[in-house]
Amino acid sequence: MDVPTPAGASRRIGKAERGDACGYDDGEGVRTGVTLLSFLLGCVASLLLLGPAGVALPRRLASAAIYPLTALVCAALGSSALAALLAGRVEDVVLPLGVPWIGAHLHLDALAAFFLTVIGFGGFVASLYAIGYARHEEEPRRVLPFYAPFIAAMALVVLAADAFTFLLAWETMSVTSWALVMAHHERPGNLLAGHVYLVVASMGTLVLLLAFGLLAGTHGHYDFTSIRLAATHRTLAWLVLLLVLVGTGSKAGLVPLHAWLPLAHPAAPSHVSGLMSGIMTKVAIYGFIRIAFDLLGAPVWWWSLPPLVVGALTAVIGLLYAIVENDLKRLLAYSTVENIGIVFLGLGLAMAFRSGGFETAAALALTASLLHVANHATFKSLLFFGAGSVLDATGERDLGRLGGLIHRMPATAVLFLIGTAAISALPPLNGFVSEWLLFQTVLTSPLLAPWLLKFLVPAAGAMLALAAALAAACFVRAYGMAFLGRPRSPQAAGANEVDVWQRLAMALLAAACLLLGVLPGLAVDALRPLLRLVLGTTLPRQATEAWLSLIPLSARAGSYNGLIVLVFMVLAGTSAALLVRTVAARRMRRAPAWDCGFPTASPTTQYTPASFAQPLSHVFGAMAFDTAETVAMPPPGGLGPARFSLRSRDRIWELLYRRLALVVERIATRLNRLQFLTIRKYLSLVFAALVLLLVLLALWQ
Amino acid sequence: MSRLDFDVAHLLAGLMVLVSFLMLYQDRLYSLLNTFALHALALALAVAWQAQIQDAPHLYITAAIALLFKAMIIPYALHRLIQRLGIHREVEPVAGLGITMVLGLALVALSISVMLPVTAAAGTLAREDLAFALSVVLLGLLMMITRRNAVSQVVGFMSLENGLILAATGARGMPLVVEISVAFSILIAFIVIGIFLFRIRERFDTVDVAALDRFRGDRR
Repeated sequence: MDVPTPAGASRRIGKAERGDACGYDDGEGVRTGVTLLSFLLGCVASLLLLGPAGVALPRRLASAAIYPLTALVCAALGSSALAALLAGRVEDVVLPLGVPWIGAHLHLDALAAFFLTVIGFGGFVASLYAIGYARHEEEPRRVLPFYAPFIAAMALVVLAADAFTFLLAWETMSVTSWALVMAHHERPGNLLAGHVYLVVASMGTLVLLLAFGLLAGTHGHYDFTSIRLAATHRTLAWLVLLLVLVGTGSKAGLVPLHAWLPLAHPAAPSHVSGLMSGIMTKVAIYGFIRIAFDLLGAPVWWWSLPPLVVGALTAVIGLLYAIVENDLKRLLAYSTVENIGIVFLGLGLAMAFRSGGFETAAALALTASLLHVANHATFKSLLFFGAGSVLDATGERDLGRLGGLIHRMPATAVLFLIGTAAISALPPLNGFVSEWLLFQTVLTSPLLAPWLLKFLVPAAGAMLALAAALAAACFVRAYGMAFLGRPRSPQAAGANEVDVWQRLAMALLAAACLLLGVLPGLAVDALRPLLRLVLGTTLPRQATEAWLSLIPLSARAGSYNGLIVLVFMVLAGTSAALLVRTVAARRMRRAPAWDCGFPTASPTTQYTPASFAQPLSHVFGAMAFDTAETVAMPPPGGLGPARFSLRSRDRIWELLYRRLALVVERIATRLNRLQFLTIRKYLSLVFAALVLLLVLLALWQ
Repeated sequence: MSRLDFDVAHLLAGLMVLVSFLMLYQDRLYSLLNTFALHALALALAVAWQAQIQDAPHLYITAAIALLFKAMIIPYALHRLIQRLGIHREVEPVAGLGITMVLGLALVALSISVMLPVTAAAGTLAREDLAFALSVVLLGLLMMITRRNAVSQVVGFMSLENGLILAATGARGMPLVVEISVAFSILIAFIVIGIFLFRIRERFDTVDVAALDRFRGDRR
């Protein structure tokens, strides 16, 4: 095999391109009619119509009809979007809807197609899961009207090509998902979750509104084509980037805007939790990529600092929360925060490399990020569905009341195990591929010219490594507490396996995890039209490599072959098992478990979730929590029990949110006086505002 | 446009600003009403002159409406109202007259410095007219916030509206329908405010709006 230098790599791209079935005209993709786009819009429209249908249909029929229909439409949406991605199609349409002089611009390109594929696939699997899960839903009418429109709104965000349509779809996405979060508003905590979500979502939209206002400039061209053509001033573009990072980050869950996420995602029904955590956060990432990479144009190196730093911090802090969390669904939500951090870290790297002119490295970083988007969508949906199944079977989300489920729910246990292995970045599953690619990118960082980046990128890489290790620890704990050991509550002891639809959905996702992990070359190849569109360059074709290896830069720099790893693991695992079976344990022995000196083996002698997390939280917890551990030992000779107590307060919540709430409340109390002015004072206020504006106008000239 | 046309239009619009200042200066209700009638008369003349030089006969109707309603019927009705309420001796300006006048001067300067650069593309006549009109509007607002008496607030409101009509006619081609509807809304506002005045008077024995604030439990 030849060892291509970067120049050789680019030559090889050229050759490969000419051999492609579809020719590209310089990054523009294949501009065709609007057949595919109108089909996709038809899917979106039918999803929107499925919302009212959920109310119109009789109660018995609604659940049974809506979810299969949604699954069908989502499958059509996802597969046609995948076709559009592979073909690199570019389609535009302007519908005479919305604001009169703007209209609704809709645009399909490789970037939109990639995220549509994720949305379609995620929606399909979630709907499959819901066919089984929603049978136990006591209030289906609170979920059904918003479920399909929620998916439609996410698809519309991705297809939108002007600021108005984008923000409208974005808000629809927020509001429908809020309604889904509030489906069980009577449960404790859900009202708070809904409230916090609403506040953060409106703040995010407001910030995005400002960003689009700056992008549109004084001419007020709100469609993306005009924004792309109009060069935004450097400093202004930097401001736009910060605003977009805050606006999309608040939806995606970047620290410190993540506070709503662990409250709201678990509050929704589990299939919606999976959608919100797995898919909706990705739509926010789409928003960031669309604006920061596509609309803003070529970056300057210091633009990459905010996503890099925030991404690295988010990755670690998200996991620190996850590691001490006892609620299974909240734990998964915190882990979403971590994965979003990883994606943003990759995006920051892509920006840094792009500004330095290292197109191939930028393409690699972007590929890693986007692969992680797809991977996280699969394994996080899988894990949330697994948590939903546990909830379905036991009625419990608290890890301290679970345990031993591997005996009662073997299929769920195996599928959940695949999800945890994938999210812990273990080969041969998909999580490993994207994180490995990201590390490959980090290793090329000495190329970068600015000294700050030379230091910062390896530091971010170290944070990434720490996050990966913590993720493994976190999911060992989650899986061990929920599925291994012995049941800690009667509910866990009496759990029953969930129904076939739920298992089918989880099995599909687990298969996708394995497939993306074993054949990463195909996924990387599928992203090539997207890279060409966003960066103007691509990675070498992977499908032609021998044995389906993944060789992103050059074979010397590093290569990975999921297939060989899988074969090796299967061989090694089977032979080890055979050896143990035949040589070591010919005789089956049955011994009491957990019999460490306790003949009456009560489940309370097992590790509890808190005790398992204690060493890690003791070392790392102080970064995110204000903790105080006190140990009260009885005096020598005393017979009282020793007591250990742990008090921990969320630093970000205390320092940022609570303080902010206090300030707002104080200002509101002050401003309350405005409610009791005299008529003349009100008039004077209006007059003063008018005069002030006129003075500003006079000075402005 | 001849020199004379421009000068006369300028003169009449300037007259309105001058009368606005006069209104700010009045501290008796009757003289305030008389000045307001003069204001409306100046408006009618200015609009009629615009009709003449723009060859826009429908503006004559506007002028007639202004003359009939604003210069005659409304001042007369307000006269009757004041007589029936027995408040013809009251007027208490909030700030000192001198300060109010200085503020008014500043407002005129502001409106000229805003309007002239903004409307650089428009014709000279429209520019001057708009600057004067904005001054009249701002002076009307100033009058509304410096008076405590409800009747003089009504008068301030209507002089403000006069400024709006001046702006509309100067800017060529305000449809008659719009104008008539504006005139009617003013009339209805006048009627409503009149009814309220009686109500206030019945209840509190005064039309000083401060009584309303006291009634609401405000400490001033």
